[in-house]
Amino acid sequence: MKSYLSSEYVVHRDHERCIRCKVCVNQCTYETHYYDPEDDKVYSRDINCTNCQRCVVFCPTNAITITKNPNAYKENENWTQEAIVSIKKQAETGGVILTGMGCDKPHFTFWDRLVLNASQVTNPSIDPLREPMEIRTYLGSKPDRLELKNSDGDVLLMTELAPQLCLETPIMFSALSYGAVSLNVHESLARAATEFGTFFNTGEGGLDPRLYKYGDHTIVQVASGRFGVHPQYLDVGAAIEIKIGQGAKPGIGGHLPGEKVTEDISQTRMIPIGTDALSPAPQHDIYSIEDLRQLIYALKEATDYSKPISVKIAAVHNVAAIASGMVRAGADIIALDGVRGATGAAPRVIRDNVGIPIEFAIASVDQRLREEGIRNRASIVAAGGFRSSADVVKAIALGADAVYIATAALVAIGCTVCQKCYIGKCPWGIATTDPWISKRINPKIASKRLVNLLQAWSSEIKEMMGGMGINAIESLRGNRLHLRGVGLTEAECRILGVKMAGE
Amino acid sequence: MDGITKLNCRYGDDKDFAGCSIFGMMNLQGKCFSSEDPVKAISNMHERGNGLGGGFAVYGLYPEHIDDYAFHIMYLSREAKKKTDKLLNESFEVLEDEELPTKEANVLDPPKVWRYFVQPNIRKLKNKSADDYVLEKVMRINTETGKAFVFSSGKNMGVFKGVGFPEDIAEFFCLDEYKGYIWVCHGRFPTNTPGWWGGAHPFNILDWTVVHNGELSSYGINRRYLEMYGYKCTMQTDTEVLAYAFDLLMRRQKLPINIVSKVLAPPLWEEIANIESEQARILRTLRQTYGSLLMNGPFSVVVAHHGEMIGLTDRLKLRPLSAGTRGDYLYLSSEESAIRLVSPILDKSWNPRGGEPVVGRLKTSKVVEVPAK
Repeated sequence: MKSYLSSEYVVHRDHERCIRCKVCVNQCTYETHYYDPEDDKVYSRDINCTNCQRCVVFCPTNAITITKNPNAYKENENWTQEAIVSIKKQAETGGVILTGMGCDKPHFTFWDRLVLNASQVTNPSIDPLREPMEIRTYLGSKPDRLELKNSDGDVLLMTELAPQLCLETPIMFSALSYGAVSLNVHESLARAATEFGTFFNTGEGGLDPRLYKYGDHTIVQVASGRFGVHPQYLDVGAAIEIKIGQGAKPGIGGHLPGEKVTEDISQTRMIPIGTDALSPAPQHDIYSIEDLRQLIYALKEATDYSKPISVKIAAVHNVAAIASGMVRAGADIIALDGVRGATGAAPRVIRDNVGIPIEFAIASVDQRLREEGIRNRASIVAAGGFRSSADVVKAIALGADAVYIATAALVAIGCTVCQKCYIGKCPWGIATTDPWISKRINPKIASKRLVNLLQAWSSEIKEMMGGMGINAIESLRGNRLHLRGVGLTEAECRILGVKMAGE
Repeated sequence: MDGITKLNCRYGDDKDFAGCSIFGMMNLQGKCFSSEDPVKAISNMHERGNGLGGGFAVYGLYPEHIDDYAFHIMYLSREAKKKTDKLLNESFEVLEDEELPTKEANVLDPPKVWRYFVQPNIRKLKNKSADDYVLEKVMRINTETGKAFVFSSGKNMGVFKGVGFPEDIAEFFCLDEYKGYIWVCHGRFPTNTPGWWGGAHPFNILDWTVVHNGELSSYGINRRYLEMYGYKCTMQTDTEVLAYAFDLLMRRQKLPINIVSKVLAPPLWEEIANIESEQARILRTLRQTYGSLLMNGPFSVVVAHHGEMIGLTDRLKLRPLSAGTRGDYLYLSSEESAIRLVSPILDKSWNPRGGEPVVGRLKTSKVVEVPAK
């Protein structure tokens, strides 16, 4: 069948500048560039290009420019380029349109419509370079009150706190499964989390034993496919996360294609080499809240109540009521993944249309748990498209204890959000298990880049807190008076629990 | 003192060098004394206020009603009084009620303020403690009647406050006719919230009162945390949360003041790391559990309830607090000058460190001064 589709991008090469070094040929895993010995020139097959910018960055003479293909259908606000291209693609293949990363539409981002406060006159702002500024965060269940006893003038603390995770910054690395990403990526995340004093999440593909030494800074995930779940795995993590859902694809499971299941992956995931790893849509032992309680306590029993149990859900319509049930079922941490949450692969219609923005999920869950008087019984971790430290500060002011970042972490180590992770040949060496390509991530360098990112965001968080006259993050958490809405409707303000700017 | 009245600004003297002023005076033997010294002291800090709020809390005020809850309630409308009277009569046995005696003074739009002596209705008490019962009714009056606000609700004590300089408020409420063994006083310079009668200090719940100089950057979360425990903030000002926090932690949860001070003004994580292990565990657990009650931003407070008067500042000490003792008297003040005015000679005079409470306890002439590290 003749394809009616044209290339999305056009590769321009300045042949004057090109020195025929073939770096682009070697770097592009999609075989976009090729060398023609007869002409002694490098050419490109535009149709293969994903605009990942790998060749642009590595071309030693800056000879390459990539632009959007100027050939476009007649402009139409309704029948967009994306809509027409998708239909043509489906007419030619009969398939579901896959995509990677998080929703790329603008209409779900409410962070940009919230502004932060700063102290003027009545209250001194604080300079974090000169004064203490504390952002340490503890995740886990807290009691309603403490019992103390007085004995001979000494105060004795009778209450023992449930296990907690100690974060030196309220940012953790979100779940990226082994298999979706390579060992090198996992190692980079693990090393950075350990060095900075935070946590990385294994995702649902288990943990390679070579990374067990980073266990104190690892959250091990238990998902519907149960890949790589065994007693040692549960023991090695600092916390366990039950994955119910993911913001990019609420209600559906995962699919790791067999080509990505190499020997190491097969060992860790405990499945044969080359077989597809299919995570069922639901956890088949959890069809109700009572079942969730059983799994939470099964995991607590299995680990002797030594670590907090997190439950991660996609933020959906009824998220507040569901979260309340999760807390009552014994979850120590509630992880909420909003509609902009990313993925290695998901049907685009699901990614862009299912779930609610994380801003509303944080606000309504925090408020609901407070109304029920159980907010202290679980920490809230928010995930799904955090782009900057300002987003993080706003999330915490709305009521989150900490956030998960994944896309931002990957961007730090090379990702350009080209949205082609599902192909498995990521030219940046991230969303791939191909041993040749994944060597492009050097854990030593990549972990340094990640630590730098955490450092930079933490400094910015401190600056913003200092501006508000706050020197401990617990005074920012849930403190919605430091937020104001701009361009929000009254209903949006009410649900977010914020006033309008000027009020 | 020559030239003190000289004006440098040729356009009129409108300069304002101000912040709130707080003053507390306690007789540690429980001997009641008149308003003379407290009013003199707080007036001395006139410059720190702007005439938009002043107030007093007096302990040992109603010895003839020592076991009855004394309510001081402000009414902004007739309708509010009608509703409140109905609620009071349903929930309590009202033993006495009268309008608080007042006289002409330089105050702005005074509302009606009534005094009631009540006992909880035993049949309705069920298994609640009388204090919790009263707390719940106070929250209902503040939120449900529209324009009635409870100034104070403790036994043998009362709050007098309003819009005006403290000395004017004292005159308005005829405070020269009252005696008490603790006087807690406030002169206000409102910043974030309007100057209105309900927003003046002290803030009270049951027999807890707070006067506050500063601004709580953490108010938003302090308030939401306290709401989980049934406290409703209606006074449009941040100080209210301090009164409720003391009530929650000290009365309901029975934590001692040296622990409560570590909740409101906790040591830094870095400091906790350098403390010996069991003490560090307590401090860490306190911060983990009560992080939402950390009072962030500048504050100095004088807090009182029967038998105790406490002075405390934020952990960085961004607002002033001075302390002094003379014989059986403990003085706490924004400025030492106010103490020296009423007691020129002091046995001891000092400036407490940030986050370290000063506690005066009845019948123990020793003032507890938590030592600096």
